[in-house]
Amino acid sequence: MSAQTQGAAAIADPGAPYRRRRTTRGNFELYTWVFMRASGAILVLLIFGHLFVNLVAGEGIKAIDFGFVAGKWANPFWQGWDLVMLWLAMIHGTNGVRTIVNDYAERDGLRLVLKLALYAAFIVVVTLGTLVIFTFDPCPAGAPADLLPSFCST
Amino acid sequence: MATTATTDAPETSGAFGAVPSFDVTLRIRRFTPELTGAEAYWEEFTVTAYGTDRLLDALHKVKWDLDGSVTFRRSCAHGVCGSDAMRINGKNRLACKSLLKDLNPDKPITIEPIKGLPVIKDLVVDMDPFFASFREIMPFLITTGNEPTKERLQSSAQRERFDDTTKCILCAACTTSCPVFWTDGQYFGPAAIVNAHRFIFDSRDEGAAQRLEILNDKEGVWRCRTTFNCTEACPRGIEVTKAIAEVKRAMITRAF
Repeated sequence: MSAQTQGAAAIADPGAPYRRRRTTRGNFELYTWVFMRASGAILVLLIFGHLFVNLVAGEGIKAIDFGFVAGKWANPFWQGWDLVMLWLAMIHGTNGVRTIVNDYAERDGLRLVLKLALYAAFIVVVTLGTLVIFTFDPCPAGAPADLLPSFCST
Repeated sequence: MATTATTDAPETSGAFGAVPSFDVTLRIRRFTPELTGAEAYWEEFTVTAYGTDRLLDALHKVKWDLDGSVTFRRSCAHGVCGSDAMRINGKNRLACKSLLKDLNPDKPITIEPIKGLPVIKDLVVDMDPFFASFREIMPFLITTGNEPTKERLQSSAQRERFDDTTKCILCAACTTSCPVFWTDGQYFGPAAIVNAHRFIFDSRDEGAAQRLEILNDKEGVWRCRTTFNCTEACPRGIEVTKAIAEVKRAMITRAF
């Protein structure tokens, strides 16, 4: 048998059965699949509502300035709206890119690097965004009054 | 039909009713590691074929008359055994179900092995990963209790529920047309899910929960991106993507 083998390169047993790496059963992918559909539907409403209120309603696009945004974030309703939009969009988008990485990255190392970068970006954006929504000061001291929302002067 | 006097009959047709012949070029993706090393290459063969010929007939002419080393699988040659799935002009088809006249014989017809499985030689691929996934979903009847003394009865409506997925011939045309399967070959693939569907929705079978559990895997039905490549590739016309969606739905209704 050894006389037949030419060259030293070890050849994997040709008769070895194929094995899936390991079973990865669980409901995680099921929940993410359902989440993608549900969050997608909610995001359509949230984003088009956001665009309408900012760009169309009232004075339209000319209304957008520091005062407009500060006024919105002084209102708990818009704080909640933007927070939900931020979180859903970020989780939806991150999960979408995660599936794309799984589909297209062939090597495990590349997969790991891409996903770590993705999750790092997710954490930074979500943390910063959430922080801004809740700690935003609509009336910074010393700013000219004509740039601030109307309720600051009182 | 009765009195059509044709003067411009094809010159090749010697007798009345003769089938016109034409030359067709086959561009075959060859892989002969024992002769040329680990590099695959293209080789062209030109054969004379008839309008009634299938691609398999042309491949036979190549193998029998021109180059006996051209290697491919085929068995029944009538679209039932599922041996001769190959990538023909970029689409997964059975060579025995593809008529040459439908493949535009004016241009060379490219023939490649099905994608995503290890090539052994020329058009022959290692089907083990494919059948391993098939075995994993337990493609056999699972029941509990005593066996009935007669056959297991089923209404025609109950039979109709999974009729589509009983047609599978395990040719691997669907699984090897799936871009997700191409990436790393870990995905169960459409064919395994179709054959799970055949038992999950069979009223006589009691192993549905086990099969759903097996396919509720990171590499299971949730990797399907509904690109419909599998439905397009199936030589039996099985609505593969629809079957996968029905398995997904069964999992969701089970989980919530």
